[in-house]
Amino acid sequence: MLRLAPALALVVLLGPVACGLIATLLPAFGYLPALGGDHFTTSHFHEVLHVGGMERSLWLSYFTGLATTLIAFVIVWLFVAGWNGTAMFARMQHLISPLLSVPHAAAAFGLVFLIAPSGMLLRLLSPWATGFDRPPDWLLLQDPNGIALIAGLVMKEIPFLLLVTLAALPQTPAAQAARVANSMGYGRIAGFTFTTWPLVYRQIRLAVFAVIAFATSTVDVALVLGPATPPTLAVKLTQWMSDPDIAMRFAACAGAVLQLGVTVAAILTWVVGEKIAAAVVKMLRNSGHRFVRDAALRTAGAALTGMAALTVFAGLALLALWSVAGFWSFPDALPGSFNLRTWERTLPQLAGPLGTTLATGLIATAIAVVLTLACLEREARTGRTGGNRALLFIYIPLLIPQVAFVFGLQLFFLGLGWDASFPALVFVHLIFVLPYVFLALSDPWRAFDKRFVWVAAGLGQSPVRTFWRVRFPMLLKPVLVAAAVGLAVSIGQYLPTLLIGAGRWPTVTTEAVALASGGNRRVIGVMAFMQMVLPFVGFALAAAIPALLFRNRRDMGVAA
Amino acid sequence: MSTLHLDHVTIALGERQLLAVDTVVQPGETLTIMGPSGVGKSSLLAYIGGFLDNAFTASGAVRMDGEDLTQLPSHARRTGILFQDPLLFPHMSVAENLLFAMPRAIKERAAKAEEALAQAGLDGFSSRDPATLSGGQKARVALMRVLLAQPRCLLLDEPFSKLDTERRANVRGFVFGEAQRLNLPVVMVTHDAEDAHAAMNATGGEIIDLAANG
Repeated sequence: MLRLAPALALVVLLGPVACGLIATLLPAFGYLPALGGDHFTTSHFHEVLHVGGMERSLWLSYFTGLATTLIAFVIVWLFVAGWNGTAMFARMQHLISPLLSVPHAAAAFGLVFLIAPSGMLLRLLSPWATGFDRPPDWLLLQDPNGIALIAGLVMKEIPFLLLVTLAALPQTPAAQAARVANSMGYGRIAGFTFTTWPLVYRQIRLAVFAVIAFATSTVDVALVLGPATPPTLAVKLTQWMSDPDIAMRFAACAGAVLQLGVTVAAILTWVVGEKIAAAVVKMLRNSGHRFVRDAALRTAGAALTGMAALTVFAGLALLALWSVAGFWSFPDALPGSFNLRTWERTLPQLAGPLGTTLATGLIATAIAVVLTLACLEREARTGRTGGNRALLFIYIPLLIPQVAFVFGLQLFFLGLGWDASFPALVFVHLIFVLPYVFLALSDPWRAFDKRFVWVAAGLGQSPVRTFWRVRFPMLLKPVLVAAAVGLAVSIGQYLPTLLIGAGRWPTVTTEAVALASGGNRRVIGVMAFMQMVLPFVGFALAAAIPALLFRNRRDMGVAA
Repeated sequence: MSTLHLDHVTIALGERQLLAVDTVVQPGETLTIMGPSGVGKSSLLAYIGGFLDNAFTASGAVRMDGEDLTQLPSHARRTGILFQDPLLFPHMSVAENLLFAMPRAIKERAAKAEEALAQAGLDGFSSRDPATLSGGQKARVALMRVLLAQPRCLLLDEPFSKLDTERRANVRGFVFGEAQRLNLPVVMVTHDAEDAHAAMNATGGEIIDLAANG
């Protein structure tokens, strides 16, 4: 059984991506017999490219994706380079970690409630500073250049990039290198950038590419914060894919191929940027400049990171506030009254999506955890790690825009008669849950002191018994944390749920995003609050269960 | 009582040969491998115990009771091992650590565990969290745990190097005493000459000094 685990994991990771890509490519070139497409043609590409505003949509996807990645990357770099190893750094780390579990859409709604013309920021400034007694007619959200979209993405990608960087840091001699560089008179940022950053960057590179892929092709965040006329490419394609006119599927698939092109172009642009940045860093390093006066940059790094975190937290608080708000007129900073009426009214329609969200998330996560444990245990017993190639495979579903293969996957499932079924929904979630569970669990699993296993073998314990009695309980905490990560990823899935579920399996996320255009803040508050609270409960349980089980075991590191 | 045969055992890392041993360890006797850290002396224990990393290449037979241990999976070899850290399982109580080690066929398990603790001078420690024990106490529990698994030989990997001088002699005496009492062949790896001499005085046996011939 164990021997099959890596192959099975590969099938889950690559199978749907490959099938989905092929099933996107064929209709893109006109071939989809079920819909009457029986010959190959490039006409759908011409059609797509002549749709009004298409050039703008392509540019928006490329630009917002790259800008998001660059801004988040620079902030994380400045923060890590400037503060790594300080007490402030450790505190910020604790502040940031929970943000990873907040679904993108919930964070986006939080930002809306904060910066909209009738949002909290302007309420706090009005009327004393602005003179407004009515929300101004400003285009702060869904601005045509996608600035709000970039802001919403940046604040969620900072925690991701930061945590990936933190995982890479212990594998570098960061502390010693910093001491050596500082003793030669280098400033903090320069010392870190010259000595350690190249080693760190090599390890987080795939994660950076994953951010580019996500940011160039996100649908849910762009629906909430992105421009509307024209929208980003992925949003437009999703509209076509859900169009009652089935013939639009051809255009949607052709567009999905273009989306793949946009993402690849963005990644290639980044790779060119890497070369230039490396050359510049090398030149500066060899020039001997010490860059001692970096206090302003360090402060900026910390301030921007802290601001991103506070923005998400403030947004989440506003979601909760709106969900219990009674009458709340502009520019009052607080509602005139509080009540549970919105909750009472929304709960009946919430029950179904809540059940689907939990069932899908828990089953997909359970499968992902079992597969990951089987792969890691197999690796531990054979001593063979997949190396860099395995890491690339794990990242594949995160490096290819969802639009590009989930469209095809939907058509593929349709052909098999699996569409809109619950197992298909769980399966498509598993594709995205598995990589994150694996990434979250592999480091602690591999860091486990193997001598415990050798001792157990010396005591005559079989590998199976050693797994269940020694390794698994000792690593229960990281296993549960990885499961919580998986659950959070599943809860946040919008596009795969929408398309594979075909509207028949609404979740709190699809419901929340569907409300975006309606604009009832109280109901959005309830839905988005549920969206954010579920992953949080998962992480709380992941901390509480081992603490309870091992409350009398000091070295299990969970005692209060 | 069985003898441990190391027949033409050689271990190499890439092109570099780390050690070559061809000897016999009698029951109750200790073979000591001495040498500075980094020469790969622990790899011999890993080879005997069955957990040598793939990066090493090894040849030669390890025979006991007419079996070649290298042909058995590590958990079937019954080669008890002690490291410099006691490595008590942190999620189990002291008694659970001992119960985990006992072969399934053994009856009256709890009583046997108590008995072993009493023997180590640790009466009443069964329900304790291993984390609350002192270094010397942990080392003694670790030894009792190995012995309760009924090993046919004992592998010691720098087992005393983390203990302070006072406890060191005490624990060392306890380990070699028990090995003698049970007539177990012992293979010890150490960088400490004092450990090596203590082993020879207590149990007899050979010392192979890797520094001397390398």
